[in-house]
Amino acid sequence: MQLNKEEKAMLNGELGEPAKWALAHMLQVGQMFDAESFVNVSQAHMMADPESLGEAGVHFLEQLAGHGSVQSQVRIPMITDPRGVDLTQYQALGQTEEMANLERRTIKACEQLGILMTNTCINYQITMPPVLGDHVAYGDTGVVIYTNSVLGARSNFEGGPSAIAAGITGRTPKYGLHLNEKRQSTRRFSINHRPGNLTEWGILGAEIGRRCNSYWEVPVIEGITTAPTSDELKHFGAAMASFGSTPLFHIVGITPEASSLEVVCQNGIPPVEKISEDELYQLQDQFGKKGDKVDVVVFAAPQLSIIELADLAKLVDGKKLHSKTDMIVCTAPGVAADSERLGFTRRIESCGARLLVGTCFYNQYAKEIGEANGWKTILSNSTKIVNIISGYGYKPALRNMEQCVASAVAGEIL
Amino acid sequence: MSKQFKCHQGIGTKTQGLALVANDGFSARYDLDRIQGVFSRPAHKLYEQSYIDKILVLNTAKGGVASAWMLHEMCSRGIAPKAILFNSANTILAQGAALAGMTMCDRFEDGDVTELFHTGDQLIVDPVKGLVTIT
Repeated sequence: MQLNKEEKAMLNGELGEPAKWALAHMLQVGQMFDAESFVNVSQAHMMADPESLGEAGVHFLEQLAGHGSVQSQVRIPMITDPRGVDLTQYQALGQTEEMANLERRTIKACEQLGILMTNTCINYQITMPPVLGDHVAYGDTGVVIYTNSVLGARSNFEGGPSAIAAGITGRTPKYGLHLNEKRQSTRRFSINHRPGNLTEWGILGAEIGRRCNSYWEVPVIEGITTAPTSDELKHFGAAMASFGSTPLFHIVGITPEASSLEVVCQNGIPPVEKISEDELYQLQDQFGKKGDKVDVVVFAAPQLSIIELADLAKLVDGKKLHSKTDMIVCTAPGVAADSERLGFTRRIESCGARLLVGTCFYNQYAKEIGEANGWKTILSNSTKIVNIISGYGYKPALRNMEQCVASAVAGEIL
Repeated sequence: MSKQFKCHQGIGTKTQGLALVANDGFSARYDLDRIQGVFSRPAHKLYEQSYIDKILVLNTAKGGVASAWMLHEMCSRGIAPKAILFNSANTILAQGAALAGMTMCDRFEDGDVTELFHTGDQLIVDPVKGLVTIT
């Protein structure tokens, strides 16, 4: 890779040990993916929950932070993905003091590094969305696919180590989605049924992701003629990224880089692949059947927007959860403040639900809290979470928000 | 008689071990019980099999960014594969391998990596040269 004068200085340790490590780390990755140079990035976003970090990862962050404020401070705005422990509610959730202490140490190290603890996977809805053509280094697959596809900014999936390396150096290797040619479509899908709710958008995204099944495939979708909402595209993209490791999609006439099919298919227009409504039902049918008992209903992954919380508040008004069913709702701190002010939090919690702030269900020691609370069957309106959660020992079921609320009251899938 | 296969330049150092092969994906968060060191996702083709000290041979990387930290955490406890070979890695797994010091290669010239190698093969992986040898 070509290094400029500043990058050579970083690699030689002239700008401190953190920058030396960061540049060497990114060089390894860049060389694997044939990057020729680095590109400056305007923001970084890091996934760093304590379950993923473990003692080793937390110690790594503490070491980076321990080099002193001048050397260790991130040089661009850097924000965080959801945390793994809501420190105001962890005991009630069955999380341990050891988990909370790892979380506290992570937060302290991040703050020493100058990272803004936004604790959200919907930063594109609530903090500073990047703009068309902007290069960023984002973690969280849902954040990246939305940023690439809906906003037209440019990011690869950046795991925590690479995100912090980008934050410290202000750059990332220029490969993958930072390059024009890698943003061209390789698969073409046609639909004739517009999804009717957030869950159906997630199912459609999941089916496209499942078929692509590669980070390096870029789907273009035809047949969506009017603009979906931000929440609809949030669920669509998050599910696609989860099922397919897909970081970018285009929708002809809707997303900013796809003014026409030809513009995003300059290497040749791929053969069309139709997705029928029946195929989408088949995917949903894998996740739960009528009459199944429900231990916990989860609204998360991605965190809920203020609009989703408003919808949920209306659905639960005047209702009480079944005595053997819990409900967990996850949102971002920025949204939680509005939810509190607007009265949504009180209404949601009145039915017996618990609103967690700055976390997401699956990255908060899901296996351990399941065991602590006796949760085995999980029902959600998130297609992403039902794809993730079985590895943690849960039996997942998928229904839309209205059906989830009704099932939570009944204690079984209706 | 040994047989060599060429791949793209990878990450990590030269290593050797027994192959554990499946035509399936990989995510440390979605698929593993990282405490026990086994595949825990019931739908995974390697369900309940131990990956400790194996050279995993899989189709592609799946899902989320957590795998990057998780490979590092797994290696710190010694409950980890020695290497992972993919048809196609994603950025997260490569980044995780770089932090963890785990060997990782992809893009094999001779075809589907899950067919080139078989469970139980003794492999030597040289990521710098981009070579994998069945001994």
